[in-house]
Amino acid sequence: MMDFINLYLVSAFAIGSVYALGAVGISMIFGILRFAHFAHGDLMTIGAYGVLGAVTLLPVSPLLLVPFGIGIAILAALAVDHIFYKPLRQLPTIYTVISSFGVALIFRSLLQLFAGSENKVFQSGVRPPLVLFDTFRISVLHAEVIISTLVIALLLHMFLTRTRTGRSMRAVSDDTELAAVAGIDTENVVRWTWIIGAALAALAGVFAGLDTSAHPNLGWNLLLPMFAAAILGGIGKPMGAMLGGLIIGMVEELSSYNWIGEVALIPPSYKTATAFLIMVLLLIFRPQGLFKGRLL
Amino acid sequence: MTALLKVHGLTAGYGGAPIIENVDIDVALHEIAVIIGPNGAGKSTLLKSIFALTSVSAGHILFDGRDIAGLKTSALVPLGISVVPQSRNVFPNLTVEENLDVGTYAAPPPDKAQTREKILTLFPDLRSKLKQAAGELSGGQRQMVAMGRAMMSEPKLLLLDEPTAGLSPAYLEKIFDLLLEIRKAGLTILMVEQNAKQALRIADRGHVLVMGRNFASGTGAELLADESVRRSFLGGGVA
Repeated sequence: MMDFINLYLVSAFAIGSVYALGAVGISMIFGILRFAHFAHGDLMTIGAYGVLGAVTLLPVSPLLLVPFGIGIAILAALAVDHIFYKPLRQLPTIYTVISSFGVALIFRSLLQLFAGSENKVFQSGVRPPLVLFDTFRISVLHAEVIISTLVIALLLHMFLTRTRTGRSMRAVSDDTELAAVAGIDTENVVRWTWIIGAALAALAGVFAGLDTSAHPNLGWNLLLPMFAAAILGGIGKPMGAMLGGLIIGMVEELSSYNWIGEVALIPPSYKTATAFLIMVLLLIFRPQGLFKGRLL
Repeated sequence: MTALLKVHGLTAGYGGAPIIENVDIDVALHEIAVIIGPNGAGKSTLLKSIFALTSVSAGHILFDGRDIAGLKTSALVPLGISVVPQSRNVFPNLTVEENLDVGTYAAPPPDKAQTREKILTLFPDLRSKLKQAAGELSGGQRQMVAMGRAMMSEPKLLLLDEPTAGLSPAYLEKIFDLLLEIRKAGLTILMVEQNAKQALRIADRGHVLVMGRNFASGTGAELLADESVRRSFLGGGVA
Protein backbone atom coordinates (compact mmCIF):
# COMPACT_ATOMS: atom_id res chain seq x y z
CA MET A 1 0.00 0.00 0.00
CA MET A 2 2.71 2.52 0.96
CA ASP A 3 4.61 1.56 -2.17
CA PHE A 4 1.57 2.46 -4.23
CA ILE A 5 1.32 5.85 -2.51
CA ASN A 6 5.06 6.62 -2.56
CA LEU A 7 5.86 5.39 -6.03
CA TYR A 8 2.67 6.05 -7.96
CA LEU A 9 0.18 8.33 -6.25
CA VAL A 10 2.63 11.09 -5.28
CA SER A 11 4.22 11.31 -8.70
CA ALA A 12 0.75 11.12 -10.30
CA PHE A 13 -0.25 14.13 -8.20
CA ALA A 14 2.95 15.95 -9.18
CA ILE A 15 2.63 15.39 -12.94
CA GLY A 16 -1.08 16.23 -12.62
CA SER A 17 -0.09 19.53 -11.01
CA VAL A 18 2.14 20.37 -13.98
CA TYR A 19 -0.76 19.64 -16.36
CA ALA A 20 -3.09 21.66 -14.15
CA LEU A 21 -0.90 24.77 -14.24
CA GLY A 22 -0.51 24.55 -18.01
CA ALA A 23 -4.17 23.76 -18.68
CA VAL A 24 -5.42 26.88 -16.83
CA GLY A 25 -3.95 29.12 -19.53
CA ILE A 26 -5.22 26.94 -22.38
CA SER A 27 -8.73 26.98 -20.93
CA MET A 28 -8.76 30.74 -20.23
CA ILE A 29 -7.38 31.62 -23.68
CA PHE A 30 -9.98 29.36 -25.28
CA GLY A 31 -12.75 30.92 -23.17
CA ILE A 32 -11.81 34.55 -23.71
CA LEU A 33 -10.07 34.64 -27.10
CA ARG A 34 -11.95 31.65 -28.54
CA PHE A 35 -8.97 29.77 -29.97
CA ALA A 36 -6.84 26.72 -29.16
CA HIS A 37 -3.40 28.11 -28.33
CA PHE A 38 -0.96 25.58 -29.71
CA ALA A 39 2.08 27.58 -28.62
CA HIS A 40 1.17 27.19 -24.95
CA GLY A 41 3.52 24.26 -24.42
CA ASP A 42 6.35 26.29 -25.90
CA LEU A 43 5.57 29.15 -23.50
CA MET A 44 6.26 26.58 -20.75
CA THR A 45 9.59 25.77 -22.38
CA ILE A 46 10.49 29.46 -22.57
CA GLY A 47 9.78 29.82 -18.86
CA ALA A 48 11.99 26.82 -18.10
CA TYR A 49 14.85 28.13 -20.24
CA GLY A 50 14.49 31.58 -18.69
CA VAL A 51 15.15 30.07 -15.28
CA LEU A 52 17.89 27.85 -16.72
CA GLY A 53 19.66 30.91 -18.12
CA ALA A 54 19.28 32.73 -14.81
CA VAL A 55 20.73 29.76 -12.88
CA THR A 56 23.93 29.81 -14.94
CA LEU A 57 24.37 33.50 -14.12
CA LEU A 58 23.32 33.27 -10.49
CA PRO A 59 23.87 29.80 -9.01
CA VAL A 60 21.10 29.68 -6.39
CA SER A 61 18.07 27.37 -6.10
CA PRO A 62 16.15 27.42 -9.43
CA LEU A 63 12.89 28.01 -7.57
CA LEU A 64 14.19 31.36 -6.33
CA LEU A 65 14.67 32.38 -9.95
CA VAL A 66 11.17 31.37 -11.11
CA PRO A 67 10.02 35.03 -11.26
CA PHE A 68 12.66 35.58 -13.94
CA GLY A 69 11.28 32.74 -16.10
CA ILE A 70 7.73 33.98 -15.51
CA GLY A 71 8.71 37.49 -16.58
CA ILE A 72 10.23 36.24 -19.84
CA ALA A 73 7.20 34.05 -20.61
CA ILE A 74 4.80 36.95 -19.95
CA LEU A 75 6.79 39.28 -22.22
CA ALA A 76 6.89 36.59 -24.94
CA ALA A 77 3.12 36.00 -24.66
CA LEU A 78 2.21 39.70 -24.77
CA ALA A 79 4.58 40.23 -27.71
CA VAL A 80 3.19 37.38 -29.84
CA ASP A 81 -0.37 38.44 -29.03
CA HIS A 82 0.38 41.97 -30.20
CA ILE A 83 2.30 40.97 -33.33
CA PHE A 84 0.60 37.75 -34.48
CA TYR A 85 -2.80 37.28 -32.83
CA LYS A 86 -4.29 40.75 -32.38
CA PRO A 87 -4.34 41.58 -36.12
CA LEU A 88 -6.33 38.34 -36.68
CA ARG A 89 -8.85 38.94 -33.87
CA GLN A 90 -11.79 39.87 -36.16
CA LEU A 91 -11.23 36.95 -38.56
CA PRO A 92 -12.48 33.37 -38.03
CA THR A 93 -10.47 31.84 -35.18
CA ILE A 94 -8.90 29.16 -37.38
CA TYR A 95 -6.49 31.87 -38.62
CA THR A 96 -5.29 32.45 -35.08
CA VAL A 97 -5.02 28.71 -34.39
CA ILE A 98 -2.76 28.24 -37.42
CA SER A 99 -0.83 31.34 -36.43
CA SER A 100 -0.25 29.82 -32.97
CA PHE A 101 1.22 26.72 -34.66
CA GLY A 102 3.68 29.03 -36.37
CA VAL A 103 4.48 30.80 -33.11
CA ALA A 104 5.12 27.41 -31.46
CA LEU A 105 7.67 26.59 -34.18
CA ILE A 106 9.30 30.03 -33.85
CA PHE A 107 9.66 29.66 -30.08
CA ARG A 108 11.16 26.18 -30.39
CA SER A 109 13.56 27.11 -33.18
CA LEU A 110 14.78 30.17 -31.32
CA LEU A 111 15.48 28.07 -28.24
CA GLN A 112 17.36 25.50 -30.33
CA LEU A 113 19.32 28.26 -32.04
CA PHE A 114 20.41 30.04 -28.88
CA ALA A 115 20.43 27.29 -26.26
CA GLY A 116 21.11 24.15 -28.28
CA SER A 117 18.94 21.08 -28.59
CA GLU A 118 20.56 18.87 -25.94
CA ASN A 119 19.01 18.04 -22.57
CA LYS A 120 19.98 20.41 -19.81
CA VAL A 121 19.72 19.89 -16.06
CA PHE A 122 18.95 22.73 -13.68
CA GLN A 123 20.98 21.49 -10.75
CA SER A 124 23.11 18.48 -10.10
CA GLY A 125 23.25 16.48 -6.92
CA VAL A 126 20.58 14.51 -5.08
CA ARG A 127 18.17 15.96 -2.56
CA PRO A 128 17.13 13.35 0.03
CA PRO A 129 13.35 12.82 0.11
CA LEU A 130 11.18 14.00 2.96
CA VAL A 131 10.03 11.16 5.21
CA LEU A 132 6.82 11.55 7.20
CA PHE A 133 5.35 9.04 9.68
CA ASP A 134 8.34 6.72 8.98
CA THR A 135 6.79 5.27 5.83
CA PHE A 136 5.53 8.17 3.67
CA ARG A 137 8.28 9.35 1.35
CA ILE A 138 8.02 12.30 -1.02
CA SER A 139 10.75 14.06 -2.97
CA VAL A 140 11.31 17.68 -2.01
CA LEU A 141 10.51 18.75 -5.57
CA HIS A 142 7.21 16.87 -5.64
CA ALA A 143 6.24 18.41 -2.31
CA GLU A 144 7.08 21.85 -3.69
CA VAL A 145 5.12 21.23 -6.90
CA ILE A 146 2.02 19.91 -5.15
CA ILE A 147 1.93 22.58 -2.44
CA SER A 148 2.50 25.43 -4.92
CA THR A 149 -0.26 24.10 -7.17
CA LEU A 150 -2.76 23.88 -4.32
CA VAL A 151 -1.89 27.40 -3.14
CA ILE A 152 -2.18 28.73 -6.71
CA ALA A 153 -5.57 27.02 -7.16
CA LEU A 154 -6.82 28.82 -4.04
CA LEU A 155 -5.39 32.19 -5.13
CA LEU A 156 -6.76 31.79 -8.66
CA HIS A 157 -10.22 31.02 -7.31
CA MET A 158 -10.14 34.12 -5.13
CA PHE A 159 -8.86 36.23 -8.01
CA LEU A 160 -11.61 35.07 -10.37
CA THR A 161 -14.48 35.46 -7.90
CA ARG A 162 -13.47 38.41 -5.72
CA THR A 163 -11.54 40.87 -7.89
CA ARG A 164 -12.85 43.23 -10.53
CA THR A 165 -10.36 41.96 -13.14
CA GLY A 166 -11.21 38.33 -12.35
CA ARG A 167 -14.95 38.94 -12.63
CA SER A 168 -14.42 40.88 -15.87
CA MET A 169 -12.48 37.90 -17.25
CA ARG A 170 -15.35 35.55 -16.42
CA ALA A 171 -17.84 38.01 -17.92
CA VAL A 172 -15.90 38.23 -21.20
CA SER A 173 -15.58 34.43 -21.24
CA ASP A 174 -19.37 34.19 -20.80
CA ASP A 175 -20.34 36.70 -23.50
CA THR A 176 -17.83 38.99 -25.20
CA GLU A 177 -20.47 41.18 -26.89
CA LEU A 178 -22.45 41.79 -23.73
CA ALA A 179 -19.22 42.52 -21.84
CA ALA A 180 -18.35 45.19 -24.42
CA VAL A 181 -21.87 46.64 -24.22
CA ALA A 182 -21.53 46.77 -20.42
CA GLY A 183 -18.44 48.90 -20.94
CA ILE A 184 -15.82 46.32 -19.88
CA ASP A 185 -12.38 47.03 -21.34
CA THR A 186 -11.96 43.74 -23.23
CA GLU A 187 -8.37 44.44 -24.33
CA ASN A 188 -7.38 44.78 -20.68
CA VAL A 189 -9.04 41.43 -20.00
CA VAL A 190 -7.08 39.90 -22.90
CA ARG A 191 -3.85 41.29 -21.43
CA TRP A 192 -4.54 39.74 -18.04
CA THR A 193 -5.42 36.42 -19.67
CA TRP A 194 -1.96 36.30 -21.23
CA ILE A 195 -0.23 37.43 -18.05
CA ILE A 196 -1.85 34.76 -15.89
CA GLY A 197 -1.74 32.03 -18.56
CA ALA A 198 1.94 32.64 -19.33
CA ALA A 199 2.94 32.93 -15.67
CA LEU A 200 1.37 29.59 -14.76
CA ALA A 201 2.75 27.98 -17.94
CA ALA A 202 6.26 29.16 -17.07
CA LEU A 203 5.95 27.74 -13.55
CA ALA A 204 4.69 24.44 -14.98
CA GLY A 205 7.64 24.42 -17.42
CA VAL A 206 10.15 24.93 -14.61
CA PHE A 207 8.56 22.15 -12.56
CA ALA A 208 8.54 19.78 -15.55
CA GLY A 209 12.18 20.65 -16.34
CA LEU A 210 13.25 20.18 -12.74
CA ASP A 211 11.53 16.79 -12.60
CA THR A 212 13.56 15.47 -15.54
CA SER A 213 15.55 17.87 -17.68
CA ALA A 214 14.95 20.84 -19.96
CA HIS A 215 14.97 20.44 -23.74
CA PRO A 216 13.35 22.42 -26.55
CA ASN A 217 10.46 19.93 -26.87
CA LEU A 218 9.67 19.97 -23.12
CA GLY A 219 6.37 21.86 -23.35
CA TRP A 220 5.31 20.66 -26.78
CA ASN A 221 5.40 17.07 -25.49
CA LEU A 222 3.01 18.02 -22.67
CA LEU A 223 0.53 19.87 -24.88
CA LEU A 224 -1.76 16.91 -25.56
CA PRO A 225 -2.48 15.97 -21.92
CA MET A 226 -2.92 19.67 -21.10
CA PHE A 227 -5.53 20.04 -23.83
CA ALA A 228 -7.22 16.89 -22.52
CA ALA A 229 -7.22 18.48 -19.04
CA ALA A 230 -8.72 21.76 -20.31
CA ILE A 231 -11.49 19.89 -22.15
CA LEU A 232 -12.14 17.62 -19.18
CA GLY A 233 -12.56 20.62 -16.89
CA GLY A 234 -14.77 22.45 -19.38
CA ILE A 235 -13.39 25.03 -21.80
CA GLY A 236 -13.32 28.50 -20.25
CA LYS A 237 -13.39 27.11 -16.69
CA PRO A 238 -9.92 27.68 -15.18
CA MET A 239 -10.72 25.87 -11.94
CA GLY A 240 -12.11 22.97 -13.98
CA ALA A 241 -8.85 22.87 -15.94
CA MET A 242 -6.95 22.60 -12.65
CA LEU A 243 -9.02 19.63 -11.57
CA GLY A 244 -8.85 18.20 -15.10
CA GLY A 245 -5.04 18.38 -14.98
CA LEU A 246 -4.90 16.49 -11.72
CA ILE A 247 -7.28 13.82 -13.01
CA ILE A 248 -5.42 13.37 -16.33
CA GLY A 249 -2.11 13.11 -14.43
CA MET A 250 -3.61 10.51 -12.10
CA VAL A 251 -5.12 8.43 -14.89
CA GLU A 252 -1.89 8.51 -16.89
CA GLU A 253 0.34 7.47 -14.00
CA LEU A 254 -2.03 5.00 -12.41
CA SER A 255 -2.74 3.30 -15.73
CA SER A 256 0.71 1.74 -15.52
CA TYR A 257 0.22 0.38 -11.99
CA ASN A 258 0.01 -3.41 -11.67
CA TRP A 259 -3.70 -3.41 -10.78
CA ILE A 260 -4.21 -6.97 -12.03
CA GLY A 261 -1.45 -9.51 -11.47
CA GLU A 262 2.22 -8.55 -11.43
CA VAL A 263 2.66 -6.55 -14.62
CA ALA A 264 1.70 -2.97 -15.42
CA LEU A 265 -1.90 -2.62 -16.60
CA ILE A 266 -0.73 -0.52 -19.53
CA PRO A 267 2.98 -0.43 -20.45
CA PRO A 268 4.40 2.93 -19.22
CA SER A 269 5.43 3.95 -22.73
CA TYR A 270 1.72 4.09 -23.66
CA LYS A 271 0.82 6.37 -20.74
CA THR A 272 0.17 9.42 -22.94
CA ALA A 273 -2.27 7.38 -24.98
CA THR A 274 -4.62 7.29 -21.98
CA ALA A 275 -4.84 11.12 -22.01
CA PHE A 276 -5.54 10.98 -25.73
CA LEU A 277 -8.21 8.34 -25.18
CA ILE A 278 -9.90 10.45 -22.47
CA MET A 279 -9.86 13.47 -24.78
CA VAL A 280 -11.43 11.57 -27.67
CA LEU A 281 -14.11 10.01 -25.45
CA LEU A 282 -14.93 13.40 -23.92
CA LEU A 283 -15.24 15.08 -27.29
CA ILE A 284 -17.67 12.39 -28.38
CA PHE A 285 -19.75 11.93 -25.23
CA ARG A 286 -19.34 15.04 -23.06
CA PRO A 287 -17.74 17.90 -24.99
CA GLN A 288 -18.77 20.43 -22.35
CA GLY A 289 -16.51 18.69 -19.81
CA LEU A 290 -17.12 18.30 -16.07
CA PHE A 291 -18.10 21.93 -15.45
CA LYS A 292 -20.35 22.75 -18.40
CA GLY A 293 -17.72 24.59 -20.39
CA ARG A 294 -18.06 26.12 -23.82
CA LEU A 295 -18.69 23.70 -26.67
CA LEU A 296 -15.83 23.47 -29.15
CA MET B 1 -39.14 70.25 -23.23
CA THR B 2 -35.44 69.57 -22.65
CA ALA B 3 -34.22 66.90 -25.04
CA LEU B 4 -31.76 64.51 -23.37
CA LEU B 5 -31.26 62.67 -26.64
CA LYS B 6 -31.64 64.17 -30.08
CA VAL B 7 -31.17 61.98 -33.15
CA HIS B 8 -31.08 64.05 -36.30
CA GLY B 9 -30.95 62.86 -39.91
CA LEU B 10 -29.42 59.52 -38.93
CA THR B 11 -28.50 57.06 -41.67
CA ALA B 12 -26.92 53.81 -40.51
CA GLY B 13 -26.54 50.11 -41.25
CA TYR B 14 -24.10 47.24 -41.08
CA GLY B 15 -21.68 48.06 -43.86
CA GLY B 16 -23.92 47.41 -46.86
CA ALA B 17 -27.04 49.35 -47.81
CA PRO B 18 -28.34 51.53 -44.96
CA ILE B 19 -31.09 50.01 -42.79
CA ILE B 20 -32.34 53.33 -41.44
CA GLU B 21 -32.35 56.57 -43.42
CA ASN B 22 -32.61 60.16 -42.33
CA VAL B 23 -34.28 59.28 -39.02
CA ASP B 24 -35.12 61.96 -36.42
CA ILE B 25 -36.19 61.29 -32.85
CA ASP B 26 -36.14 63.34 -29.67
CA VAL B 27 -36.24 61.94 -26.17
CA ALA B 28 -37.03 64.42 -23.40
CA LEU B 29 -35.56 64.19 -19.92
CA HIS B 30 -37.49 61.85 -17.58
CA GLU B 31 -39.78 60.46 -20.27
CA ILE B 32 -40.47 56.99 -21.58
CA ALA B 33 -40.10 56.98 -25.34
CA VAL B 34 -40.98 53.94 -27.40
CA ILE B 35 -40.07 53.02 -30.96
CA ILE B 36 -42.63 50.83 -32.70
CA GLY B 37 -43.10 49.56 -36.22
CA PRO B 38 -43.36 46.40 -38.28
CA ASN B 39 -40.63 43.74 -38.41
CA GLY B 40 -37.60 44.89 -40.33
CA ALA B 41 -38.44 48.58 -39.88
CA GLY B 42 -34.99 49.22 -38.40
CA LYS B 43 -36.10 49.72 -34.77
CA SER B 44 -33.27 47.71 -33.24
CA THR B 45 -30.81 49.18 -35.73
CA LEU B 46 -31.75 52.67 -34.51
CA LEU B 47 -31.14 51.62 -30.90
CA LYS B 48 -27.86 49.94 -31.81
CA SER B 49 -26.75 53.02 -33.73
CA ILE B 50 -27.20 55.17 -30.64
CA PHE B 51 -25.02 52.63 -28.85
CA ALA B 52 -22.29 52.61 -31.51
CA LEU B 53 -22.92 49.05 -32.64
CA THR B 54 -23.60 49.91 -36.30
CA SER B 55 -21.81 52.04 -38.84
CA VAL B 56 -23.33 55.50 -39.04
CA SER B 57 -22.93 57.13 -42.46
CA ALA B 58 -24.77 60.42 -41.86
CA GLY B 59 -26.51 62.41 -39.15
CA HIS B 60 -25.98 63.42 -35.57
CA ILE B 61 -26.70 61.83 -32.21
CA LEU B 62 -26.72 64.47 -29.49
CA PHE B 63 -26.74 63.27 -25.90
CA ASP B 64 -26.94 65.97 -23.26
CA GLY B 65 -25.89 68.46 -25.94
CA ARG B 66 -22.82 66.49 -27.01
CA ASP B 67 -22.46 64.68 -30.36
CA ILE B 68 -21.77 61.05 -29.49
CA ALA B 69 -21.85 59.61 -33.02
CA GLY B 70 -18.47 57.99 -33.63
CA LEU B 71 -17.67 57.34 -29.96
CA LYS B 72 -16.88 53.78 -28.92
CA THR B 73 -19.46 51.69 -27.07
CA SER B 74 -17.22 51.55 -24.00
CA ALA B 75 -17.08 55.36 -23.87
CA LEU B 76 -20.88 55.67 -23.71
CA VAL B 77 -21.45 53.98 -20.34
CA PRO B 78 -19.33 56.57 -18.47
CA LEU B 79 -21.32 59.34 -20.21
CA GLY B 80 -24.53 57.98 -18.69
CA ILE B 81 -26.06 55.69 -21.32
CA SER B 82 -26.74 52.02 -20.54
CA VAL B 83 -28.21 49.42 -22.83
CA VAL B 84 -30.08 46.17 -22.25
CA PRO B 85 -29.83 43.97 -25.37
CA GLN B 86 -32.82 41.87 -26.40
CA SER B 87 -31.42 38.37 -25.93
CA ARG B 88 -28.33 37.10 -24.16
CA ASN B 89 -28.44 40.02 -21.80
CA VAL B 90 -27.02 38.44 -18.63
CA PHE B 91 -23.73 36.68 -17.89
CA PRO B 92 -25.12 33.16 -17.29
CA ASN B 93 -22.17 31.77 -15.28
CA LEU B 94 -21.89 34.79 -13.02
CA THR B 95 -24.14 35.06 -9.96
CA VAL B 96 -26.85 37.71 -9.86
CA GLU B 97 -24.70 39.67 -7.44
CA GLU B 98 -21.71 39.49 -9.80
CA ASN B 99 -23.87 40.50 -12.78
CA LEU B 100 -24.92 43.63 -10.89
CA ASP B 101 -21.33 44.31 -9.86
CA VAL B 102 -20.08 44.11 -13.47
CA GLY B 103 -22.47 46.99 -14.22
CA THR B 104 -20.35 49.31 -12.07
CA TYR B 105 -16.98 48.63 -13.71
CA ALA B 106 -17.17 51.10 -16.58
CA ALA B 107 -18.73 53.87 -14.52
CA PRO B 108 -18.65 53.35 -10.75
CA PRO B 109 -21.62 54.98 -8.97
CA PRO B 110 -20.83 57.37 -6.10
CA ASP B 111 -22.20 54.91 -3.53
CA LYS B 112 -22.30 51.35 -4.82
CA ALA B 113 -24.10 49.88 -1.78
CA GLN B 114 -26.82 52.52 -1.97
CA THR B 115 -27.33 52.03 -5.72
CA ARG B 116 -27.53 48.27 -5.24
CA GLU B 117 -30.09 48.70 -2.46
CA LYS B 118 -32.16 50.98 -4.70
CA ILE B 119 -32.11 48.37 -7.48
CA LEU B 120 -33.01 45.51 -5.13
CA THR B 121 -35.93 47.58 -3.81
CA LEU B 122 -37.08 48.00 -7.41
CA PHE B 123 -36.60 44.29 -8.20
CA PRO B 124 -37.31 42.55 -4.86
CA ASP B 125 -37.47 39.15 -6.62
CA LEU B 126 -33.69 39.29 -7.05
CA ARG B 127 -32.91 39.69 -3.37
CA SER B 128 -33.21 35.97 -2.62
CA LYS B 129 -31.34 35.00 -5.81
CA LEU B 130 -28.16 37.04 -5.31
CA LYS B 131 -25.91 33.99 -4.97
CA GLN B 132 -27.55 32.06 -7.82
CA ALA B 133 -26.05 31.86 -11.31
CA ALA B 134 -28.00 34.20 -13.61
CA GLY B 135 -28.28 31.44 -16.23
CA GLU B 136 -30.51 29.43 -13.86
CA LEU B 137 -33.18 32.13 -13.59
CA SER B 138 -36.48 32.40 -15.51
CA GLY B 139 -36.75 34.72 -18.52
CA GLY B 140 -38.50 37.45 -16.54
CA GLN B 141 -35.98 37.31 -13.71
CA ARG B 142 -33.12 37.44 -16.21
CA GLN B 143 -34.65 40.57 -17.72
CA MET B 144 -34.64 42.12 -14.24
CA VAL B 145 -30.99 41.17 -13.72
CA ALA B 146 -30.16 42.73 -17.10
CA MET B 147 -32.01 45.94 -16.26
CA GLY B 148 -30.47 46.00 -12.80
CA ARG B 149 -26.98 45.54 -14.26
CA ALA B 150 -27.58 48.42 -16.69
CA MET B 151 -28.80 50.66 -13.86
CA MET B 152 -25.84 49.99 -11.55
CA SER B 153 -23.82 52.72 -13.29
CA GLU B 154 -26.56 55.25 -12.40
CA PRO B 155 -27.18 56.13 -16.07
CA LYS B 156 -29.28 59.06 -17.24
CA LEU B 157 -30.62 57.18 -20.26
CA LEU B 158 -31.61 53.53 -20.41
CA LEU B 159 -31.93 51.89 -23.83
CA LEU B 160 -34.04 48.73 -23.88
CA ASP B 161 -34.34 46.42 -26.87
CA GLU B 162 -37.69 44.60 -26.59
CA PRO B 163 -37.69 44.15 -22.81
CA THR B 164 -40.79 41.93 -22.91
CA ALA B 165 -39.72 39.60 -25.75
CA GLY B 166 -40.53 36.00 -24.87
CA LEU B 167 -42.07 36.81 -21.49
CA SER B 168 -45.38 35.51 -20.16
CA PRO B 169 -48.31 38.01 -20.02
CA ALA B 170 -47.96 38.22 -16.23
CA TYR B 171 -44.31 39.25 -16.49
CA LEU B 172 -45.12 41.60 -19.36
CA GLU B 173 -47.38 43.65 -17.07
CA LYS B 174 -44.76 43.53 -14.34
CA ILE B 175 -41.98 44.84 -16.62
CA PHE B 176 -44.18 47.71 -17.84
CA ASP B 177 -45.03 48.62 -14.23
CA LEU B 178 -41.33 48.53 -13.42
CA LEU B 179 -40.53 50.89 -16.27
CA LEU B 180 -42.92 53.44 -14.74
CA GLU B 181 -41.13 52.98 -11.41
CA ILE B 182 -37.75 53.41 -13.08
CA ARG B 183 -38.90 56.66 -14.67
CA LYS B 184 -40.15 57.83 -11.28
CA ALA B 185 -36.62 57.17 -9.96
CA GLY B 186 -35.37 59.84 -12.38
CA LEU B 187 -34.26 57.88 -15.44
CA THR B 188 -35.11 58.48 -19.07
CA ILE B 189 -36.04 55.41 -21.10
CA LEU B 190 -35.92 54.76 -24.83
CA MET B 191 -37.14 51.33 -25.85
CA VAL B 192 -38.02 49.25 -28.85
CA GLU B 193 -41.16 47.21 -28.25
CA GLN B 194 -43.21 44.64 -30.15
CA ASN B 195 -46.17 44.85 -27.78
CA ALA B 196 -46.95 48.25 -29.28
CA LYS B 197 -50.36 48.85 -27.72
CA GLN B 198 -49.30 48.16 -24.13
CA ALA B 199 -46.06 50.07 -24.64
CA LEU B 200 -47.84 53.18 -25.97
CA ARG B 201 -50.15 53.14 -22.95
CA ILE B 202 -47.23 53.75 -20.60
CA ALA B 203 -45.14 55.82 -23.02
CA ASP B 204 -44.93 59.60 -22.95
CA ARG B 205 -43.91 59.64 -26.57
CA GLY B 206 -43.91 57.14 -29.41
CA HIS B 207 -42.07 57.02 -32.72
CA VAL B 208 -43.29 54.83 -35.56
CA LEU B 209 -40.65 53.63 -38.01
CA VAL B 210 -41.50 52.04 -41.34
CA MET B 211 -38.95 50.77 -43.86
CA GLY B 212 -36.15 52.54 -42.00
CA ARG B 213 -37.83 55.97 -42.04
CA ASN B 214 -39.94 58.09 -39.70
CA PHE B 215 -43.63 57.37 -40.26
CA ALA B 216 -45.29 59.12 -37.36
CA SER B 217 -44.60 60.36 -33.89
CA GLY B 218 -46.59 61.82 -31.05
CA THR B 219 -47.59 61.20 -27.46
CA GLY B 220 -48.58 57.65 -26.59
CA ALA B 221 -52.25 58.67 -26.45
CA GLU B 222 -52.09 60.48 -29.82
CA LEU B 223 -50.61 57.46 -31.58
CA LEU B 224 -53.14 55.13 -29.96
CA ALA B 225 -55.91 57.37 -31.28
CA ASP B 226 -54.38 57.84 -34.76
CA GLU B 227 -56.44 55.92 -37.27
CA SER B 228 -53.61 55.12 -39.76
CA VAL B 229 -51.20 54.02 -37.03
CA ARG B 230 -53.88 51.91 -35.39
CA ARG B 231 -54.87 50.20 -38.61
CA SER B 232 -51.34 49.50 -39.75
CA PHE B 233 -49.46 48.68 -36.56
CA LEU B 234 -51.79 48.13 -33.67
CA GLY B 235 -53.93 45.39 -35.13
CA GLY B 236 -56.91 47.74 -35.76
CA GLY B 237 -59.90 47.86 -33.39
CA VAL B 238 -60.21 50.00 -30.31
CA ALA B 239 -56.95 50.55 -28.47
